[in-house]
Amino acid sequence: MSDINNTSNSVIRIRKNERIAFAFLWTSAIITIIVLIVIVGNVVINGIGHLSLEFLTQEPAEMGKEGGIFSIIITTIYLALFSLVIAAPIGICAAIFLTEYAKEGPVIKLIRFGTESLAGIPSIIFGLFGYVFFVVFLKFRYSILSGGLTLTLMILPTIIRTAEEAIIMVPRSYREGSLALGATKWQTIYKVVLPAAIPGILTGVILGIGRVAGETAAVIYTAGSSLGLPNSVWRPGRTMAVHLYILASEGLSKNNMYATATVLIITVLIINFTANRLIKRLIKA
Amino acid sequence: MKAYERVIQLILFLSATIAILGVVLITYFIINEGYPVIEKVGLLKFITGRKWAPTQGIYGIYPMIIGSLAVTSGALILGVPVGIGCAVFLAELVNPRIARIIKSGIDLLAGIPSVIYGLYGLTVIVPFIRKVFNNQGFSVLAGSIVLAIMILPTIINVSESAIRSVPKDYREASLSLGSSHWQSIKNVIVPAARSGIIAGVILGMGRAIGETMAVIMIAGNSPLVPKSILSSVRTLTGNIGIEMGYAGGEHQKALFATGIVLFVFIMLLNLSANLVPKKVGE
Repeated sequence: MSDINNTSNSVIRIRKNERIAFAFLWTSAIITIIVLIVIVGNVVINGIGHLSLEFLTQEPAEMGKEGGIFSIIITTIYLALFSLVIAAPIGICAAIFLTEYAKEGPVIKLIRFGTESLAGIPSIIFGLFGYVFFVVFLKFRYSILSGGLTLTLMILPTIIRTAEEAIIMVPRSYREGSLALGATKWQTIYKVVLPAAIPGILTGVILGIGRVAGETAAVIYTAGSSLGLPNSVWRPGRTMAVHLYILASEGLSKNNMYATATVLIITVLIINFTANRLIKRLIKA
Repeated sequence: MKAYERVIQLILFLSATIAILGVVLITYFIINEGYPVIEKVGLLKFITGRKWAPTQGIYGIYPMIIGSLAVTSGALILGVPVGIGCAVFLAELVNPRIARIIKSGIDLLAGIPSVIYGLYGLTVIVPFIRKVFNNQGFSVLAGSIVLAIMILPTIINVSESAIRSVPKDYREASLSLGSSHWQSIKNVIVPAARSGIIAGVILGMGRAIGETMAVIMIAGNSPLVPKSILSSVRTLTGNIGIEMGYAGGEHQKALFATGIVLFVFIMLLNLSANLVPKKVGE
C-alpha cells in the first residue's frame, strides 16, 4: 500500500516539476518575443509621428537638430553600394574556390580559419584598423573609400559563407549534365551552377547591406561623420546609424532622433525580411 | 586545361585569400600601433594599472578589463537561461510552424543595429534604473540588460540547432524507459547537445565583449573599477570608442593598445568556441 502511495507521490512530483520547467521555457520564449516587440515598437511609436516626406528629402540643418536626413540616406546607400560592389565579387569568387576547386587540406583550413576569425572580430577593431590603415597609412582620409573598404572586410565572411551554402546546395546532376555536354569546368560553374545558386548568394549580399546600414563603430572612424552630400568616394559622409548615435549621445533633437531611428529600423527590418524570404524559398526549392 | 581556365582559377584562389590577408593586416596594424605603449608602460602595469589618465601619460586599463568582464558576466547571467530556455522551447515544445515564425522574429532581433539597442537602453532602461534605485542610471546593470538582449539571438540559434541535431533515438529511448518529457529534456537531450550550447554561449560572450556603441550609450563610462552593479562602468570597447574621436599621439596609441587586449580576448574566445566538439558523442 505504501509502495503505491510512494509511486503516485513521485508521479505527482514529476508532473509538478514538469509543469514548473515548462512554465519557465514558455516564459523564456515569451520574454524573447516581447523584447523584440517592445524595442521595435518603442522606436516606431515615438518616431513615426515625426516622419514626413520633408524629413526624408530635406538636408539636415543646425547639425541635425532641424531639417531632414536626405544626404544621410544618400551616404548610407552610397556606402552600402560601394562596399558591396567590392565585397560581392570577391566573396562569390572565394566561395566558388572553396566549394568547386579547393581540395581538403591545410590551404583550405587556413582560408576557413581566416574567414571565421574575420567574422568574429568586433566592429570597433575594424574601426581602429580602417582608421590606421586606410585613413592614415594609405592617406585616403575620412572618406567613402576608407569606410567602404573597411566594411568590405567586415561583410566578406557573411557573403562567403552564404554563397558557399548556396553553391553546395546546387544538385550534382546539374554539374554532371553540363560537363557531359562538353562544357568546361568554368563554363559549368558560370552558366549552370551560379545561376542556380543566385537566390542564396543574394541572401548573403542583402544581409551585408543590412550590416552596413546598421554599423556605427567601424564607420565613424573611417568614413567620418561630417554632414553634406559626398560627391565622390574621396569625400567623408555620415550614415544613418552614425547620425542616430550622434543625435542620441548629444541630445540634440528628440524628434529627429526618433524619426532617424524609425527610418533606420524600418530599413533594416525590410532588408532582413527580404533575406529571410529568400532563404525560405531556397530551402523549399 | 585551357589557359584562361587557369587564370580564372588563380583569380578565385586570390579572392579566397583576401579574408586571411584581412586578418593578417588587421592584426599587424593594430599591434604595430598599440605595442609601443604597452612596451613603454610595461604589459603588467598596463593591464593591472588602476589609473587611466591620458593627459598625465598614465595608462592602466584594469578598470576597463573588469568593466568588460562585469557587463559580459551580467549579460550571460541574464541572457543564458532565457536563451537556452527559448531554444529548448523552440526545439521541443512547440510545433515546427510556430517555431519557424518565432525564429524569423529572432532573426529580426539579430539584425537590429546596436545603436537602436543603445537608444532603447538610453531612453527606457537607464531612466527606469534611475527611478528605481535613485542613482544616475548609467550602470553595469543597464549595460548587462541591453547586452543580454543583444546576445539572445546567437545563443538561441546555436543552441536550438544543437538540440535539434540530437538523434531521435536518444529521446525515444528515454521516453520508452518511462521518463517524462521534461526528464528526457533535462537528463538526455540537453546533456547530449551540451557542446553546441556551450559554443553558442561562447559566441554570445564574444559578441558581448566586442559590443561598443550600445554599451557606450548606457554604461556611464567612468574609468573606475565598478563597486557594484549600479556603478558607472567603462568597457575596453568603450575606452576606445569614446576617446578615439579626439585622442592624438601617444594617447591614441594607448587606445590601439587597449584594442590589442580586446583582440586577444576575442581570439581566445573564438578559439575555445572552435575547440568545443560540435557533434554529439565526440
